[in-house]
Amino acid sequence: MLRKMFDVLEGLYSHLRSMGLVLKHTFAKRVTVQYPEEKPPLAPRWRGRIVLTRDPDGEERCVGCYLCAVACPVDCISLQAAEREEDGRRYPEFFRINFSRCIFCGYCEEACPTYAIQLTPDFEMCEYNRQNLVYEKQDLLISGVGKYPGYNFYNVAGLATKGKPKGQHENEDAPVDVRSLLP
Amino acid sequence: MAIIYIDGKPLETQDGQNLLEACIELGLNVPYFCWHPALGSVGACRQCAVKQYRDENDKQGRLVMSCMTLVTDGMRISVDESESKDFRANIIDWMMTNHPHDCPVCDEGGECHLQDMTLMTGHNYRTYRFKKKTYVNQNLGPFINHEMNRCIQCYRCVRYYKDYAGGHDLDAFASHNHVYFGRHEDGVLESEFSGNLVEVCPTGVFTDKTLKEHFTRRWDYTTAPSVCVHCALGCNITPGERYGKLRRIRNRYNRSVNGYFLCDRGRYGYEFVNSDKRPKAPLKRQMIDGKPVHVPMTRDEALSEIGKFFSNGSKAIGIGSPRASLEANFALRALVGAENFYLGLSKADGKLLSAVLEIVLSGPARQPSLGELKDHDAVLILGEDMTNVAPIAALNIRQSVNNQPRANAKAMGIPEWNDLPVRRAMDTDRGPLFIASVAPTRLDDVATQTFHATPDGIASLGFAIANFIDPQSPAANVSGEVRALAQQIATALQSAQKPLVVSGPSCRSEAVIQAAANIAWALCRKAKPAGIYFAAPESNSVGLGLFGGANIENAAEALRKGGADTLVVLENDLYRRVPAALVDELLSLAKHVLVVDHQYSATAQKAEYVLPGATFAEGDGTLVNNIGRAQRMMQVFNPEGEITESWRWLRRLRAASGKGREDEWISFDSFLHALVAEIPAFSHILDAAPTAAFRVGGLKIPRQSHRYSGRTAMKANVAVSETGVTADPDSPMSFSMEGFSMMTPAALMSSFWTPGWNSAQSITRFQEEVNGPLEGGDPGVRLIEPQPDSAVPYFDAVETNESHDAAWTALPLYHIYGSEELSASSPAVAELSPKPYAMLHSDDARARGLLDGDAVTVKIDGQEISTSLKTNDTMARGVVCLPAGLEDAPYIEFPAAAEILRSVTS
Repeated sequence: MLRKMFDVLEGLYSHLRSMGLVLKHTFAKRVTVQYPEEKPPLAPRWRGRIVLTRDPDGEERCVGCYLCAVACPVDCISLQAAEREEDGRRYPEFFRINFSRCIFCGYCEEACPTYAIQLTPDFEMCEYNRQNLVYEKQDLLISGVGKYPGYNFYNVAGLATKGKPKGQHENEDAPVDVRSLLP
Repeated sequence: MAIIYIDGKPLETQDGQNLLEACIELGLNVPYFCWHPALGSVGACRQCAVKQYRDENDKQGRLVMSCMTLVTDGMRISVDESESKDFRANIIDWMMTNHPHDCPVCDEGGECHLQDMTLMTGHNYRTYRFKKKTYVNQNLGPFINHEMNRCIQCYRCVRYYKDYAGGHDLDAFASHNHVYFGRHEDGVLESEFSGNLVEVCPTGVFTDKTLKEHFTRRWDYTTAPSVCVHCALGCNITPGERYGKLRRIRNRYNRSVNGYFLCDRGRYGYEFVNSDKRPKAPLKRQMIDGKPVHVPMTRDEALSEIGKFFSNGSKAIGIGSPRASLEANFALRALVGAENFYLGLSKADGKLLSAVLEIVLSGPARQPSLGELKDHDAVLILGEDMTNVAPIAALNIRQSVNNQPRANAKAMGIPEWNDLPVRRAMDTDRGPLFIASVAPTRLDDVATQTFHATPDGIASLGFAIANFIDPQSPAANVSGEVRALAQQIATALQSAQKPLVVSGPSCRSEAVIQAAANIAWALCRKAKPAGIYFAAPESNSVGLGLFGGANIENAAEALRKGGADTLVVLENDLYRRVPAALVDELLSLAKHVLVVDHQYSATAQKAEYVLPGATFAEGDGTLVNNIGRAQRMMQVFNPEGEITESWRWLRRLRAASGKGREDEWISFDSFLHALVAEIPAFSHILDAAPTAAFRVGGLKIPRQSHRYSGRTAMKANVAVSETGVTADPDSPMSFSMEGFSMMTPAALMSSFWTPGWNSAQSITRFQEEVNGPLEGGDPGVRLIEPQPDSAVPYFDAVETNESHDAAWTALPLYHIYGSEELSASSPAVAELSPKPYAMLHSDDARARGLLDGDAVTVKIDGQEISTSLKTNDTMARGVVCLPAGLEDAPYIEFPAAAEILRSVTS
């Protein structure tokens, strides 16, 4: 008998508490936003549309190493590496991402050794035609450094390019003189 | 057999091995750099350290370099013990102190032995805080890119280049931590085998320069087992394709053929496949604005138009080709009928080829395989410049000169793999290797004796040698000096365990070939296991020879007789084989001329119809190499347009003309069975590779790696919806990454990879033992075996006529770069092809008042060839040598009578 009365009182309390909570939330600030009229705030490291960035000197960061392509679990990145004749820098001759296949996992960004490929907090890329989701290099390349402002691969790589011969890179000695036996 | 204990576990190893080889055979991951299966051990890199214990009570142990430690029975070692692990990690740490941070732009990345070993030892971060050492690179020519910063000083490159390949212009310079590997100055690497540095170098110091133009990482290639088409040796290769273009050629190990190495013509001659000049659709000649122009047509149009020429009753003449596969030649033979099928060889070429075939088919001497050349201990080369005609054979003959001197090392108890002491014990002893040739050859530096004479002089020397070995063989009339040399050679060959006689058609002399046969047979009759080895001119020369048939001159005769209106030329540029006048006559005699080829050759340009054939990378086929080894090449990729195998075009024509059924020979296997049923000499080619129905675990074998990238993006610019994978009815391989890539039979093995072993060094994981055959046996079947009890009579000796009259004998000199039709159109090879010249003995030139570099005119058969003069101090007298087969050079039928005049400069 006592047990039954306790159950009824507990049930009653639970109902009242729920009603109280609902009443409280009626006056609380709303979490849902009126998308698309109202835009949600996104974290800077949100994984959305992929871009190709440039180094601080304004040159393409991508050196066409194919690591993003091989890391991609859906194989939606393809490119062709080439070497620029005027200065010996590597660059992608074409760079294509098929966003209709991309799952925005960010593995490409993790794999990229030059901080070239980066995911941005932009996800609004819907298209009526799937073909329009195939992005070429001109669609991907931005004119900024993205998340990594100071990095320039060619300053640390040790690869001679025009205007930056051997020994001119960070933490490098001048080229050795092979005709000398001095220590 | 020795039992060794690794971490307490008893394991079987072979006697006389070193510990590193034993560990590799047992499948253990012991890192190494300086050891290479073909180069042996020097203990330079200190990377392969393991712990060795005195006995089971020894807990302390000591570090030993496994590559320098002989396996002994009951030996106790540990690979995983912590001190040895730390030691190895320290070594790699030191190696990486100066290694640049450029893996993303390094062409070795992804198939780099240094990357593999770094990962294996667990090194992550550079702990050395100071500056990195740098080097200035060199320009080493069109084949090799040099990036010295990446060097880890393992010395493999110079050991390969100098000690193995016999090069002189790559060396180690400077001292202490400044050691530099390169040439004394910028310049093209002289060795014909320099391309192997790409695979020998464990890191990215030497990389493929032609690949750099269209760089692709290892995992992105579509590959299939293939066979090199640039000479007759049939070296096994792995071509790699990406985005519809052939990207590079890598070596495919086959102990019985090329082993670990390729020549530069084979490695860099591939770019003809990517040429824009190739026909990609059926072409028909039409007159536009009064000029004949080839216009493309559809497949159906072509088949119905051309098919009519072969309809019942009409006769067609077919000319086959020594650079087309067996299947293509057979399909042509089936289309035109055996009586109308002519080998695509000139009368002279055909005669030389049948002379060789007669000798090897009926004689008692065995032809060693290309890989077995290394095992012979006395070699005589009669009239052949092997380096330029059969390059890898020359590389292997170069190894054979070490066999007798190695006995010194063996007597001292030095194991064969211990490279440095073996070389010290050998000192400067080499040979015996005797070379008789018209002009100096690239093997002369290791020759015991060289002899330069006219082909008749070489043949006489050969007959004299045979006569010394077996007096029953006919004697030759030679001078005392030559006689003494013949006796010296005869003695050397007779005292060897495994003598070898090498010859070939380059002298354009049947007598030279017969003299070689006499020597080998004489040795056989004296119970010596003598080998005979003939070079052949083209990738399927011997296969074509086994078909048997008449030559181009006979085809012209048949056309002259009338009755045939159609001429079919299969993968053959007739202008390279017979005089231009004869080709012009042939082409004008036939009412319709059809060329099936992958090249837009001079002959194709004049044809009424051209059908686009497939190159080695785009089709399946069987090639028979110079010793009669049949090897299958698998299609690597699907070409664009209407390009398909020549045999398939000819099959379609046969069906369109009503000669064959529409559904006949649809698959490669059914076609192969028809070939074998018709020509039983080829019955073993069925064993060259598994049939198309072959499966591993119910699955096909993938042509692409499991990490192949860009599958859903590479064609997305054309259409975002992915198309299905093309089916391959011809082979048990799939054109995708789907399938089972393990337990692949050796004949289908194109890419060698196991976890942790991404570089070329992974090959040791697929060998039955170090330097042994691939697991399951070397692919390929021998079609020609010797007749040990054969009683064929000796050939008669030639009468030499050494008179120096006014006329010169013009002879060809073959060049590794330039003399072969297909590779010559590859830009890197073309860059190194020689300029036309005429070469004379210096004294001969001086006697006529000519000097090196003079402009001269050579008159042969009414043709006048203006060229520049080269002189040589040691070549044969009375002979003028001209480079053979150069592009745009007129055809000359060697040997020819020539006149040399000083060009009049106007």
